[in-house]
Amino acid sequence: MSAENRTMPSPVTSPLASRLATLPPALRHPGVLFGLAVLLIVGLAALAAPFLWTGDPILLRPRLRLKPPSSVAWLGTDAFGRDVWTRVVYGARVSLAIGFSVAASAVLIGLFIGLVAGYLRRLDAVVMRIMDGIMAIPSILLAIAMVTLSGAGIGTVIVAIAIPEIPRVARLVRSVVLSVRSEPYVEAAIGAGTRLPMLLIRHVLPNTIAPLIVQGTYVCASAILTEAILSFLGAGIPTEIPSWGNIMAEGRQSFQIAPWVILFPGLCVAATVLAVNVIGDGLRDALDPRTARRVGALR
Amino acid sequence: MSQPVLSITGLTVPLPYGADRANAIEGLSLSVGANEIVCVVGESGSGKSVTASAVMGLLPPALKPSAGEILLQGEDILKVAPARLRALRGSRMAMVFQEPMTALNPVLKVGEQIAEMLEAHAGRSGREARRSRVLDLLGDVHLPDPPSLAKAYPHQLSGGQRQRVMIAMALANDPALIIADEPTTALDVTTQAQILKLLKELQARRNAGILFITHDFGVVSQIADRVVVMQRGRLVEEGRADEVLTRPRDPYTRMLIAAVPSAEPPPARPRQQAAAPILAVRDLTKTYGGRGLFGGGRAVTALDGVSLALQPGETLGIVGESGSGKSTLARCVARFVDPSAGHIRIGGDDIALLPPRELRPYRRRVQMVFQDPYRSLNPRRKVGQSIIEGPMNYGLSKEAALARAARLLDLVNLEKGALDRYPHEFSGGQRQRIAIARALAMEPDVLIADEAVSALDVSVQRQVLELLEDIRERLNLSILFITHDLRVAARLCDRLVVMLGGRIVEEGPTAALFANPRHAYTQALFAAAPKLRLAAS
Amino acid sequence: MGRFLAGRLAATLPVMGVVAVIVFLLLRLAPGDPAAILAGDAASPEQIAAIRARLGLDQPILTQFLSWLGRLLQGDLGSSIISNQPVAKLILERIEPTLALATTTIVFAVLVAVPLGVLAAWWHGTWVDRAVMAVSVLGFSVPVFVLGYLLIFGFAMQLRLLPVQGYVSITEGLWPFLSRLILPTLTLSVIYIALIARTTRSSVLEVLGEDYIRTARAKGIGETQVLWRHALRNAAVPVISVIGLGIALLISGVVVTESVFNLPGLGRLTVDSVLARDYPVIQGVILLFSALYVVINLAIDLSYLLFDPRIRY
Repeated sequence: MSAENRTMPSPVTSPLASRLATLPPALRHPGVLFGLAVLLIVGLAALAAPFLWTGDPILLRPRLRLKPPSSVAWLGTDAFGRDVWTRVVYGARVSLAIGFSVAASAVLIGLFIGLVAGYLRRLDAVVMRIMDGIMAIPSILLAIAMVTLSGAGIGTVIVAIAIPEIPRVARLVRSVVLSVRSEPYVEAAIGAGTRLPMLLIRHVLPNTIAPLIVQGTYVCASAILTEAILSFLGAGIPTEIPSWGNIMAEGRQSFQIAPWVILFPGLCVAATVLAVNVIGDGLRDALDPRTARRVGALR
Repeated sequence: MSQPVLSITGLTVPLPYGADRANAIEGLSLSVGANEIVCVVGESGSGKSVTASAVMGLLPPALKPSAGEILLQGEDILKVAPARLRALRGSRMAMVFQEPMTALNPVLKVGEQIAEMLEAHAGRSGREARRSRVLDLLGDVHLPDPPSLAKAYPHQLSGGQRQRVMIAMALANDPALIIADEPTTALDVTTQAQILKLLKELQARRNAGILFITHDFGVVSQIADRVVVMQRGRLVEEGRADEVLTRPRDPYTRMLIAAVPSAEPPPARPRQQAAAPILAVRDLTKTYGGRGLFGGGRAVTALDGVSLALQPGETLGIVGESGSGKSTLARCVARFVDPSAGHIRIGGDDIALLPPRELRPYRRRVQMVFQDPYRSLNPRRKVGQSIIEGPMNYGLSKEAALARAARLLDLVNLEKGALDRYPHEFSGGQRQRIAIARALAMEPDVLIADEAVSALDVSVQRQVLELLEDIRERLNLSILFITHDLRVAARLCDRLVVMLGGRIVEEGPTAALFANPRHAYTQALFAAAPKLRLAAS
Repeated sequence: MGRFLAGRLAATLPVMGVVAVIVFLLLRLAPGDPAAILAGDAASPEQIAAIRARLGLDQPILTQFLSWLGRLLQGDLGSSIISNQPVAKLILERIEPTLALATTTIVFAVLVAVPLGVLAAWWHGTWVDRAVMAVSVLGFSVPVFVLGYLLIFGFAMQLRLLPVQGYVSITEGLWPFLSRLILPTLTLSVIYIALIARTTRSSVLEVLGEDYIRTARAKGIGETQVLWRHALRNAAVPVISVIGLGIALLISGVVVTESVFNLPGLGRLTVDSVLARDYPVIQGVILLFSALYVVINLAIDLSYLLFDPRIRY
């Protein structure tokens, strides 16, 4: 059979859909709706933290140590008598901020590196070997080492979590670029004398947007988890700033008698990360299946 | 004549909601007798492949026949239990698919895959019996050295060899009906001729009925006893092959047959001899690979010292089979590929080895029309944006470029309104017209058409060829026309170059070459090309 | 085949080189004075200077790198700032529980995940598929240590079926050994199972859409045989490759799981070193795990030869 029905135009490559970053069909996906709803709730809570019947997140009340959940302390108190509800609500700020800033920075830097590697053949081998090297180092260990050497702090943690994510994004972008650059329409543009920057912006970049949005959600989910793990291991956010990770870290010693200190922030992490992951999966389903597979292989 | 092997009556297969029409097949009736080859002919979307899948019971789940019956030796395929259907598949009916490259399991040996057919259907038990039967079958389809071939993996075989393996597999249990779905479409023409001959020979020897799906009336005229013509899911004409081919009754059939390019070149165009060629290629060589990390690596020579010249206003055809280097040649001339050595002169300047930076002024002078109309336009950009991109790169104002684009759309017979629409709103043929307009917008010295009509249905192909004929006269275009199809080349080209293994083996004016091919390969190519054996068309 | 081997081996060398350079530069490019950070807040200038000298930070960077690399190639990973013991020795002492946990996890995860993925692909679009996918996305979302504590809470504290924490070597009996590994293995394997099951599902689904599967059906063989004989072997390569790539995930998980279950392995060693700011030990563990990752993935690349006859460079 001829090309007539071999390549049916998929809904994603239709310009209208791509212009809106494939959102309209994807928004109808139940998983995406659920995920966005959860994220919205968590986000609003983080913004409105002082007004949500919270107290002082770092106020030590030695007399109220390790109290179980009650009408006074909804989620109980920790080993220093601090209110777990207050700390969890304020902790949402840190977790979301880290999730989004890591996703944004890893995607932007990875996009740049991927474009360079995919289009400048001379740099490709060198850049990709460096990416392979970073990927070979277990991400938590790399982050731990960086935090240990530079001291704890939100900025350090963001950098430490973002760096191991960059190679994954770069590889994804590179693979999209490599498959797009052999498309006849890109060759036609080269033949029409289009210069490299324009060629990338007009013909290559738009193809990377949809997979990058999906990959970005996965990076965001993974960053929230990694922050929790780093803080839990004592190589994360300093204890003065409550984050879901360090609330749980401080609950470790008393876990057998006061499991709520770990349980509630744990549930928050799980629900938020689940929401972000489900959004990612929904967007992925709404994408062209081939692109989707490429994203999946790298997660 | 006894009871037919296959008899389809009133078959209707609805399409899922939202398709371009209600039914993939509508009220189709046809029959295949023992020892008969029935060709089902149609363009893409005619429902011919759905017919084949329906008979095998291999329709995708979204397609369910809603009416009619399919009788295989009197047994209704649509009503039998799944287990019975499985028992019939492979034993009483068997299928040969279009793509020999993907139809065989890449991780199993060829012999195992044929033996599996024997294992699956009782009657041939015993490892030894199966082994010798596999070897017999491989011999029957004229594959060399069956014992070692049985131990080969599919990727070690050529396309033609794989298709022979598929045929051997289909024959394994002596089926009464063989369904061949475009079995030669993916093959080179010389291989196609051999496979057609093989099918005909085996069918005669084994008394099987063959349902042969094809889009090519040339193939029909070589193999069919009877012909069924389908259009948009309906049967439009049916009859004995010679009758349908010589006296088609239905207008659609007539149009299809008329659209098949005849292998007779039209009379040569009158042209004055120009002083200097517009494009001159000398000793062009392209080698791939050979520079691995360890200096080793197999070097492949895709082009081996090719020389040719294109006169202003001339259409030069470059004909060859896959792997002949014809596309590499085109891509070197357009400098999408860097040649390893040689010269490419365009109006006196040698661009063969220019670095990319210095190449830019010359890009404008060579423009290409690509094979796949679905991938040659950026789906995210309006047609107008695609056409004016090039001229604006070379300094034309947006208004002037748009005016030029509108003129060109008119030239390629498209509405001006097309400028503001997206590629997906156009059919394959229309997209190819847009691609031609885009190339012409650069006012190139040389237009390269790389298999530009190969992916199109014959009726569309004919329209695009007519368009090219028309505009090259009007604009005095110089065209490098790359094709695997001698018939298309005969129609359009003033001169032909025949390529084999990266070299030019023969060249000359089209008519002279057709009248008297000298090189053995050219002769083989001509002999293999499917020709319509008609009195006059 | 020889070419393939040589090519793969040659490709791992630059990766190991890059790992070494990154690990080396981490200490040197860290903002601020790493020696001061490592020494802690209460350290005197003399102590900071001592640490700087120990780590060689007072020499020119190239000299530092060459002597560091030279020692590294001889197997010398340096020595601990705290205990002064060679890092290699510390690692050797702690490697057994980590290897035991990693092995049980990989075996368990593959045994569970591959059948789950195949089932999901086979029953594509049904509740089986949706359930497997839902469990896998959940597995990706729960922090490893939360899961660990939940399991301890349920099985060890409430039901009292299994020991809470700790490690016993296999030399002291199979059951004591295994019983302490069951919960950590379950904890650690969840994310790994999610990853492998997902990949298996999509790989099998993709293969089931291939032309040769249609050919197999046209032969009239049964559906189970289509799956076993034609689909699974073709679907194997992506699954095996993700098992290898997942090792990175596994290593991160090991560090956390060992802390939760108090297993005296390399993960604990790392965490203890983080708290003590004992950088040479952290560095040694990173180098070891990275090398392990590279070697395992090399082995996995080579195993493709068994599954796909087309790979023969």
